[in-house]
Amino acid sequence: MERRSHLYGVLAEFSAPEELIHAVERARAEGYRRMDAYTPFPVEGLARAMGLKRNMVPFVTLLGGLAGGLGGFGFQYWAAAISYPQNIGGRPLNSWPAFIPVTFELTVLGAALCAVFGMLALNRLPQPHHPVFNVGRFVHASSDRFYLCIEARDPKFHIAETAKFLQALHSHHVSEVTDD
Amino acid sequence: MSASEPPINSPEIRRLTPVLGPGYTFGSVTDKISSIVLTRRTSFGWYVGFLISFGFSALMTIAIGWLFTKGVGIWGINIPVGWGFAIVNFVWWIGIGHAGTLISAILFLLNQKWRTSINRFAEAMTLFAVACAGIFPLIHTGRPWMAYYMFPYPSTMGIWPQFRSPLIWDVFAVSTYGTVSLLFWFVGLIPDLATLRDRALTKPKQIIYGMLALGWRGSVRHWHRYQSAYLLLAGLATPLVLSVHTVVSFDFAVAIVPGWHTTIFPPYFVAGAIYSGFAMVLSIAIPLRKAYGLEDFITMRHLDNMAKVMLATGLIVAYGYFFEFFLSFYSGNKFDLYLVQQRIHGPYSHFYYALILCNILTPQLLWFYEIRHNVLVLFLMSLVINTGMWLERFVIVVISLTRDFTPSAWGRYQPTFWDWATFTGTIGFFVMLLFLFVRVLPAISIAEMRELVAETAEAD
Repeated sequence: MERRSHLYGVLAEFSAPEELIHAVERARAEGYRRMDAYTPFPVEGLARAMGLKRNMVPFVTLLGGLAGGLGGFGFQYWAAAISYPQNIGGRPLNSWPAFIPVTFELTVLGAALCAVFGMLALNRLPQPHHPVFNVGRFVHASSDRFYLCIEARDPKFHIAETAKFLQALHSHHVSEVTDD
Repeated sequence: MSASEPPINSPEIRRLTPVLGPGYTFGSVTDKISSIVLTRRTSFGWYVGFLISFGFSALMTIAIGWLFTKGVGIWGINIPVGWGFAIVNFVWWIGIGHAGTLISAILFLLNQKWRTSINRFAEAMTLFAVACAGIFPLIHTGRPWMAYYMFPYPSTMGIWPQFRSPLIWDVFAVSTYGTVSLLFWFVGLIPDLATLRDRALTKPKQIIYGMLALGWRGSVRHWHRYQSAYLLLAGLATPLVLSVHTVVSFDFAVAIVPGWHTTIFPPYFVAGAIYSGFAMVLSIAIPLRKAYGLEDFITMRHLDNMAKVMLATGLIVAYGYFFEFFLSFYSGNKFDLYLVQQRIHGPYSHFYYALILCNILTPQLLWFYEIRHNVLVLFLMSLVINTGMWLERFVIVVISLTRDFTPSAWGRYQPTFWDWATFTGTIGFFVMLLFLFVRVLPAISIAEMRELVAETAEAD
């Protein structure tokens, strides 16, 4: 079978975070929606410029905390009062204050595990390969360069037009991204 | 220089001492920190330090191997002193870990910029300290191959751990603490691992760092969720770190032994933990910045702030010591009063005086600006405080256990060679892990330093 490389998008490089935010704002004003920005550190204001709103991580974390806390307390209650009850001088089997430390620890554990693994899962990580890695200069995305990629699946995408548009935003390098 | 310029240690100048040296860009912080791992030749000093610490970890392995062969009888523990070095060292190590979490979580929530360049190795210190701490209760159980009994698993015996016992709370607190610290550390490392992957020059390094980086590409959508997760982890780790040493103090405070059964223990243990932890961070930071020329990243401002935290937590610890005495007199309980008398005049009183000297008197020097800005004195001070905090746990464990309610139950405690071998062995193990860490992972968070560069540029 013939191997063809698919066009993934057009990648523009910028040297300062402000330039990238400006480019994102311009691209959105132009009507582009299917795009992603890549930065070596979280740039303040970029998520807003991209139109990103709330994410699911806090909700997933809440679920993890609830599961850890309720499960932790419930298990202790079940173990101490139902599965293996011990009558020690007539003291209550459901001695709930004594169950609080473990309940607390398991709440934190459940929430922390869900925060981290939820964040990774929502980000679809680990993902060893991504088309942007095919661009040689993209290694600078983890150091000192800022990138905007307008993707080919955007309805307004047109290879020559989009590249020209990005060049006009003072990007020093505009390159095609192919997925092969 | 104009005559109107303020003197060097005036408040104006002190406030202006930056958390980052001048003239750094995104690229230069990345180069400087990643070069330590990727391109710099491993120095002769690194090999010497690594070999010495490796020797001590070998000693630890031998000591533990001998313990498994012969049993806990090779230690100095006896009846009444069933706890001895193992618990003293456990509490000491777990306390040291607390500063790492405090720096990474609480200072993050309080938006303290000076945490940026010290949080990574402080978190590594936490992990390694928890690893050392975890060894002790395990080998102290006598039959460590049955340690899994402490976890609730459906056994054929049909029984469960006693969830009303502080010792089981400890299992959950310490294992949760270890897990959450590891998660926090790893999440912080992901962007830096991507940097190392992209800058590594050899194929094996690219593959290893690449796999660890999980394919991180710095997408704004990823950063968005990453920041949420990081903030939430900081919020979760903050009450967690306070709970861990609280639970450790319950191991003592829930018992009725004189000198242990007191409500001041949880806050005073937490303060002591942070105190010793900051001392350990200083003991690591000072040689690290010197060896790798990181004075622009770990500035005098950092050392000064850490010294101030030590002074503040040291004063809380002093308050704790005072209140232990006060409550003995206030309650009029004769066993408690006798214990106070034993601390001052008993067979272990020299430990108590050394403790007061190390933990309360010496740190008062930190009130002086000149002392806080003298790197060598600060380094020595951090060692003194760590010694003092170890003595504190020794005093708590040994004096109380050798002098409980009836004179027929009194005893003495003398650590043996194997006690010392295990203890110094874990110190070696800890230092060895730190040596490996600075060699293979960035000791300072590169992504956060870039953020700091951006913020500093904005402020100018």
